[in-house]
Amino acid sequence: MSTPEVAIVGIGMHPFGRTPERSGQEQGVYAVRKALADAGIEWKDVQFAFGGSAAAGAADTMVSKLGLTGLQFINVANGCATGGSALFSAYNTIASGAYDLGIAIGYDKHERGAFRVNTKAGGLGDWYGKNGLALTTQFFGMKINRYMQQHDISHSSLAKVSAKAFRNAEHNENAWRRQPIPEEQILESDMLSYPLTKFMFCSPAEGGVALLLARADKAHKYTDTPIYLNAAAVRSRRWGSFEVMSPWIAIDDGVGPTVDASKAAFEIAGMGPEDIDLAQLQDTEAGAEIMHLAENGFCEHGEQERMMQQGETEIGGRFPVNTDGGCLANGEPVGASGLRQVYENVLQLRGQAGKRQVPNDPKVAYTHVYGAPGISGVTILSR
Amino acid sequence: MGTQVPIQEGLFTWPSEDPRLIGSECNQCGAVLFPAQSGCPKCASDDTKHRELGKRGSLWTWTIQGFPPKAPPYAGDLENFEPFGVGYIELPGEVKVEARLTTADKDALKIGMEMDLQFLPLYVDDDGNEVITFAFSPAQEQ
Repeated sequence: MSTPEVAIVGIGMHPFGRTPERSGQEQGVYAVRKALADAGIEWKDVQFAFGGSAAAGAADTMVSKLGLTGLQFINVANGCATGGSALFSAYNTIASGAYDLGIAIGYDKHERGAFRVNTKAGGLGDWYGKNGLALTTQFFGMKINRYMQQHDISHSSLAKVSAKAFRNAEHNENAWRRQPIPEEQILESDMLSYPLTKFMFCSPAEGGVALLLARADKAHKYTDTPIYLNAAAVRSRRWGSFEVMSPWIAIDDGVGPTVDASKAAFEIAGMGPEDIDLAQLQDTEAGAEIMHLAENGFCEHGEQERMMQQGETEIGGRFPVNTDGGCLANGEPVGASGLRQVYENVLQLRGQAGKRQVPNDPKVAYTHVYGAPGISGVTILSR
Repeated sequence: MGTQVPIQEGLFTWPSEDPRLIGSECNQCGAVLFPAQSGCPKCASDDTKHRELGKRGSLWTWTIQGFPPKAPPYAGDLENFEPFGVGYIELPGEVKVEARLTTADKDALKIGMEMDLQFLPLYVDDDGNEVITFAFSPAQEQ
């Protein structure tokens, strides 16, 4: 294991879901104030910030509410990996020696219903949207449909992923959908994009997360329980990968950015999948959690059927996944989603996750975010 | 009734006795893409030419769009919305193309089945023209 150079010393979150009385930016400000309180510092102590939202405006405008301290504030826009990219940038800023203390911020506020895709911004022709192909949901349906056939994954396992998410979220006061839903009801809900039903998809939502980062050797100034950031890696797609919003896929089969980001993160950390005690994996829909287990190296393709049926990814199972309810129960405020995963892992590693605390004193935790147009971000945290 | 116009110029040959999707082929590495574009994402060259793609392929994967898409961008009929199939068709030796499917019956769709290129009206535009798009249907003989 390589020696970590960066630690997370404060965390803050605005509950996910719908908060009509607060703008997206206000939810971001709320999260920042919580993170500052958690570390016992003031906004004027923060030397730099990376922040972003996909649909709720430029993050640097929040200084007008937090305080005009003149800090270096850089806006980040990287689709579903916006939060992960803010964290990656903050991590590298500290690791490079440029600054000692900074913050990564992500927040968002989306309209109801499936994401309305801007085909122009996505580099696609107008015909793609007119034709009824510009829906992220179709990609997820098509990817898991093929995967289920290739690797013998059952509809029941999809339902088990969703049921677990809502059950875990019942004990998470920051989650959106906290009512457990029986598997039968999940399977029988509206078929949105075969084989995925309504309760197998996450929804666009609102929320904010802020994480304070410091040089590892100075972390104890701010907290008794620093959580070290052993690795942060972001990768984009290569030839042969199958990604959301693709009018075409290469004739050659290849691996996606998740496989690449995961390998890079393990290499940076000097660790392997066997070292990880729990994981938060992108679960835009139930099938994604299943496929991402294998793509991140935590099992072989097809092994997930047994893992789901035997409850191995439950909080009390062999390898807990999405302990806070994941995207399925929290919804997806795009800018904040990747940081929510890290927030949850910090709580779990500090032993502060309450009724959803993973037993046996977890020491190393993993996050994975995925999004359009084929990007993945991975972090590895330890205490 | 107005004339039939393609959903986008340059996407397929139109009008034509035997319309084809227009892709591009890299002159350096042979990679095929759809729609046609300059620049090759496989070998990074900028040396590409247009290529008319094959009409038959196999169903690589599929789903069924079960709810009305948001409009815009969707231009199809929402008042009488019916679920429609979407899939990737692997054109042998060329590329996998994403397309609407002419059937939305899950029991009629099997990964690996033969599929044929079709053209069908999607909507009527403001000028009264019938807008034509491409789709794939299960081949008659499987």
